[in-house]
Amino acid sequence: MISYGRHQFPGKLFVVEGTDGSGKSTQLALLHQWLKAEGYPVFFSEWNSSPLVKDTTKRAKKRHLFTPASFSLLHATDFADRTERDIIPPLKAGAIVLADRYIYTAFARDVARGCNRDWVRAVYSFAVKPTMAFFFRAPLDIAIDRIVSGRPNLKYYEAGMDVGFADDPEESFTIFQGKILEEYDRMVSEFGLTVIDASRSIERQQREMRLMISQHLTRRRSKSN
Amino acid sequence: MEQEEYSGKLIVIEGTDGVGRSTHIAMLRAWLESRGHAVLDTGMTRSVLAGRGLKEAKTGHTLGRLTMQLFYATDFIDRLENEMLPALRSGFVVLTDRYIYSALARAEVRGIDSAWIRSIYGMALVPDVVFYLRIQSPQQLVERVLASGRGFDYWESGMDLHLGEDFYDSFIAYQTRMLKVFDRMSAEFGFHVLNASRSVRSVASDLRRAVAKVVDETAASDETSHPPDKIAPINIKDVSKKALG
Repeated sequence: MISYGRHQFPGKLFVVEGTDGSGKSTQLALLHQWLKAEGYPVFFSEWNSSPLVKDTTKRAKKRHLFTPASFSLLHATDFADRTERDIIPPLKAGAIVLADRYIYTAFARDVARGCNRDWVRAVYSFAVKPTMAFFFRAPLDIAIDRIVSGRPNLKYYEAGMDVGFADDPEESFTIFQGKILEEYDRMVSEFGLTVIDASRSIERQQREMRLMISQHLTRRRSKSN
Repeated sequence: MEQEEYSGKLIVIEGTDGVGRSTHIAMLRAWLESRGHAVLDTGMTRSVLAGRGLKEAKTGHTLGRLTMQLFYATDFIDRLENEMLPALRSGFVVLTDRYIYSALARAEVRGIDSAWIRSIYGMALVPDVVFYLRIQSPQQLVERVLASGRGFDYWESGMDLHLGEDFYDSFIAYQTRMLKVFDRMSAEFGFHVLNASRSVRSVASDLRRAVAKVVDETAASDETSHPPDKIAPINIKDVSKKALG
């Protein structure tokens, strides 16, 4: 088993992170289009997408079966399957892997739920260290507005209702998101996350990302390739 | 998880595949209940949360090594938090068919980093006793596998490790490795070793005698009002972190 920071692969791994509604998925989709157009082999992988784990997660969310620790471990199981299936093989093949949410999502959410910070990091220590991890930072009130206005019914775990922050879903969500944001901020220096100001225009964020990413890519590729 | 007091007893039955763990647990349960003890029995892949999903994942051929360890850990923590702990707090005798030791052994045989898997299971409780049903050689297990009528199982034969040409060769190679790891853990964790190559009856009577000692401590402490046992995180080297701070 190779641990975080020790993997050596020809491919590159770029991940986007941030609270819900920060616009990270939009930015990743634009990157995907650009890299494909440039002729790179690109593989996309997203949070909570393991075919082996999906049904278990769905059922547990519906029936409120999770504790903070089992929530953490089942999501780690899902992530392990992604790592073994969608992340390591394409990286070995020299592809660019784009990940929508990565281990930092687990670190932020699980710790906000009360899991031990070191324990969660130890659980995920098998993860491949990304070439770059972008953290889309939006002010808390903006992020909350975007979610709450888009979805009248906040989901139970999404709002952190399982932890008992507050009886009102919206109030619970606000407290929970605040704790998540605190964890993200702490991780910026711990993991060297690249902060993107998510309050700026979509075009400007994308330009900034492309500039940084192109420095990690070999230039000899072209469209005619 | 904070350290806490509980009045029940956590009794673990460990051993490689086919040594008769479930037979002995069924007998122990009936015997304990006839003596007036409330019993909860549990075992791997039986959690409400992850049992079904884990079994389904095992029927396919896409379950990777790391994913498998974490799926088992999820199954374990769900049973720990939702079954074993509440039962122990209510004074039950908890009989568990396998515990973290099988998980550690399977991971080690698969080349998984031992510090990693141990840190994950750092949230487990220290059992009151671990009985290791030990068999001398994998050949004896083969006889039992065949006698059971189930035949060779993909995972019990370690087929994912590609250790042999067929199920038989692979089973022998895999179980030989498992026995070695168990022997080493036996010294490390202080297992109570029982020779499982003997008849069911003689193993069962040894088990009863040893279990009686553990559960009678409870009865004795009730009368003399000793403080109940403390729950402490499992005593694993290099690891002191628990799941919840």
